[in-house]
Amino acid sequence: MTTSPQTDPGPLRQSARAKRATRIADAASGGWKVVAAKILGLGVVDAIAIYALFVLVRSESWLVAGLVVFVTLLVNWIYFSRGKLPAKYLAPGLIFLAIFQIFVLLYSGYIAFTNYGTGHNSTKADAVNALLLSSQNRVADSPSYKLTVLEQLGELSFLVTEPDGSVSIGGNERPLEDVSNARVEGGVAVGLDGYTSLGFSDILGKQTQIAAISVPLSDDPNDGMLRTPDGSSAFLYTSSLEYDEAAGTMRDTNSGTVYSDIGTGAFTSDAGQELLPGWKIDVGFDNFIRAFSEDSIRGPLISVTIWTFAFAFLSVFTTFALGLFLAIVFNDKRMKSRKYYRIIMILPYAFPGFLSALVWAGMMNQEFGFINVVLLGGAEVPWLTNEWLAKGSVLFVNLWLGFPYMFLVTTGALQAIPEELTEAATVDGAKPWAIFRFVKLPLLLVSVAPLLISSFAFNFNNFNLIYMLTNGGPRDVSAGVNVGATDILISMVYKVAFVGANRDYGLASAFAIIIFLLVAGISIISFRRTKALEELN
Amino acid sequence: MKVTKRGLWAVGALTVTASLVLTGCTAASDDADNAAGTGEALTVWVDADRAAVLKDAAADFTAETGVEVKLVQKEFGDIRDQFVAQVPTGKGPDVVIGAHDWLGTFVTNGVVAPVELGDKADDFQAVGVTAMSYEGQVYGVPYSIENIALVRNTALAPSTPATFDEMVTMGEAAGTEYPFLVGLDPEAADPYHLYPFQTSFGAPVFGTDADGSYDSDALEIGNAGGDEFAAWLAEQGAAGVLNTNITGDLAKEKFVAGEAPFYLTGPWNVPAAVEAGIDVAIDPIPSAGGEDAQPFVGVQGFFVSAKSENALAANEFIVNYMGSEEVQTALFEVGGRAPALTASFDAASADPIVAGFGTVGENAVPMPSIPAMGAVWEFWGVTEAAIINGGDPASLWQKMSGDIQTAIAG
Repeated sequence: MTTSPQTDPGPLRQSARAKRATRIADAASGGWKVVAAKILGLGVVDAIAIYALFVLVRSESWLVAGLVVFVTLLVNWIYFSRGKLPAKYLAPGLIFLAIFQIFVLLYSGYIAFTNYGTGHNSTKADAVNALLLSSQNRVADSPSYKLTVLEQLGELSFLVTEPDGSVSIGGNERPLEDVSNARVEGGVAVGLDGYTSLGFSDILGKQTQIAAISVPLSDDPNDGMLRTPDGSSAFLYTSSLEYDEAAGTMRDTNSGTVYSDIGTGAFTSDAGQELLPGWKIDVGFDNFIRAFSEDSIRGPLISVTIWTFAFAFLSVFTTFALGLFLAIVFNDKRMKSRKYYRIIMILPYAFPGFLSALVWAGMMNQEFGFINVVLLGGAEVPWLTNEWLAKGSVLFVNLWLGFPYMFLVTTGALQAIPEELTEAATVDGAKPWAIFRFVKLPLLLVSVAPLLISSFAFNFNNFNLIYMLTNGGPRDVSAGVNVGATDILISMVYKVAFVGANRDYGLASAFAIIIFLLVAGISIISFRRTKALEELN
Repeated sequence: MKVTKRGLWAVGALTVTASLVLTGCTAASDDADNAAGTGEALTVWVDADRAAVLKDAAADFTAETGVEVKLVQKEFGDIRDQFVAQVPTGKGPDVVIGAHDWLGTFVTNGVVAPVELGDKADDFQAVGVTAMSYEGQVYGVPYSIENIALVRNTALAPSTPATFDEMVTMGEAAGTEYPFLVGLDPEAADPYHLYPFQTSFGAPVFGTDADGSYDSDALEIGNAGGDEFAAWLAEQGAAGVLNTNITGDLAKEKFVAGEAPFYLTGPWNVPAAVEAGIDVAIDPIPSAGGEDAQPFVGVQGFFVSAKSENALAANEFIVNYMGSEEVQTALFEVGGRAPALTASFDAASADPIVAGFGTVGENAVPMPSIPAMGAVWEFWGVTEAAIINGGDPASLWQKMSGDIQTAIAG
């Protein structure tokens, strides 16, 4: 074929060539600099990934290692293949989303099905180790022995000088034997022929090994073992617990009680006594069942849930009502200096919420607070310590914090409603209230309803305000549980998880899941309703 | 064709870059291995206040032993939870600074290793070692001891009161706005500050075992003395001597302004008063119920992680180094907290304020560190606040005692 492309551009061929041209242009568009940057970037990513793999494989975290391999391969494939433009833009964001959001969500979800909390925060091996460590008691009134660590053919021995000056040597499970030919300096045996004495830096290199050595004092194990905490002195210990690895039981050598693993995450005796620390186990739906069945939890859970709904609903309602009222007032063209008023109205919105709450807590002090002293002339109104006044105060402060947002939102929405509608309604003889009620409000709600729903969800979990203003108080001293009158679900979860000596992360996570289901449920229903509202219009 | 070439180039370049970066990484990780293996790095968690002085001490330790000490600064209040969470992962520190009443949590979670003080135990003040013990086993090296005492404004009250009532009388005679100040929370009063008065009625929280450690089964708070104390709280609340609206900040502010002759507080609030030009004297806490008024003592010290791979170096560091007179004295000079080592304490006692608090501390008891104490805190303060604010003392106090019992058993 000798026809040149210029003279014979068949429609089909042209499109094929156009495609090819685009492809070449695509590939060439960045030039070599972009390619180099791409390679360098991916090189760094891959290098970090491979380093991470080394660490993960060595610590035997196979699942995470597998994920790292998968993600790294995926990233390389995405950026080295042609096209896949959306994936190229989305990949980093999605990966970070997975790490920082989805993983965290799944992990706290997983915690809800475990007994993670005080006394159950690690593995069984750690628990065994910790129990054995803490059961070693120094023999009462036993002397401290001066110690030199010796090495012979890779085997470590303790050269011990007793307080009376006699010298003996022993090793792990080799009882002490007297020696007479030791080199003694300043009353302490420092060396023995045929052995190398270890200096402090040599000892540091073998710390784990040396710390694990226990030298029996004699053939009778009840006499105790010599162990060293620092490599230069040794003490005589006896252990009150014995671990039977085959049976998986702990035996108290003093009382003879056997503690066995009965599946509750702690060694338990037949009499039901638990040895702590225990370890983390999966408990299935236990935490959820506890939330609804245990009287001490269910009671407060119900009252707190009711108050949470009341608080969230009333907060949204009051802030919206006030915001809307002010928006209408300041939207009226007859009002002078509207701009300045608007700026003042926005001010509460400009302060950080938790700071405002703290300041309000100070102003509401019964005896020294600004409100009682200055505004009420010395009246001692217990704003934060009476159950109902505290609830009112929380709502009031939240109103103060929240109305500027509603004011902003409704001002915008009101200005978007065409003037003609109002004029038309006026011509038809409608009164201002009727215009507002039947024309403006429905139009307003269409655009504002989703914001009201999100505001509801926000207030449902408005931890800052409750924590800083009342910390959930006042507490009902006769209730017998650590829950106060203004506690909402999230602050109650906080108290379960982080307040007091006994943390229960499992139960707190279960609560968090319940809260999530509540908020999600309400949001879904409300959004459905909003759609119906839109269709009406 | 072009595409393939470019692809090859890309793969080649990638290999080169990756291997370059990797060589760096492997080299680095080898170093890290060595460090772990020979114990050349000890990780210590410390709060900002103590970090400065520990920095010098750590440098000396490194010079002497060749062990590098990495100081990681943490918020003091966060250390407990982070330590409990991180030790099991194997990424926690080797040594942490902490308060003795965290010990129960640490032991129950299996995150601390016992420490053998050996003969050095006698060099520390006895209450410090007792506080660092849990069920007869010592877990930490104490470095400072703190307790509250009665701080007196000598210009307003010339002499030491013998009893609480005498103090109130003297306070009223001084003609200031308040006879006596103690910071209380409107919600939760302050059991820590009110505890000496409670003990003066013979109502400690827990009884003690034969070896002197607290016994969670022997709850003493609800005994007859406890009832008397509750009645006393109601009385003082009604009389306005105890006022839950005077928070810790307000109490400090008013004492510094010279509005009260007596202030029940710890050494941490004294510098502000001294700076304001008030001449203070440190007095024993006056008894309200006839028996000795024993405040709680809080001991701070160093703990070793149960999973430390540098156990020997860590022990060497905290027992033989942090426990030395030089370091304890240096820590005192920076933080102003009374040292736990007797020799350092004696040196520090040249300061009458330190000596004053120390004298009161001789009569003090360690705050219980057993986990059951958590249940006590949960109910204690709110009940006290309710009684001070006019609740029925007898029934509320017994209700509290019952609730605590249930929570401990539960």
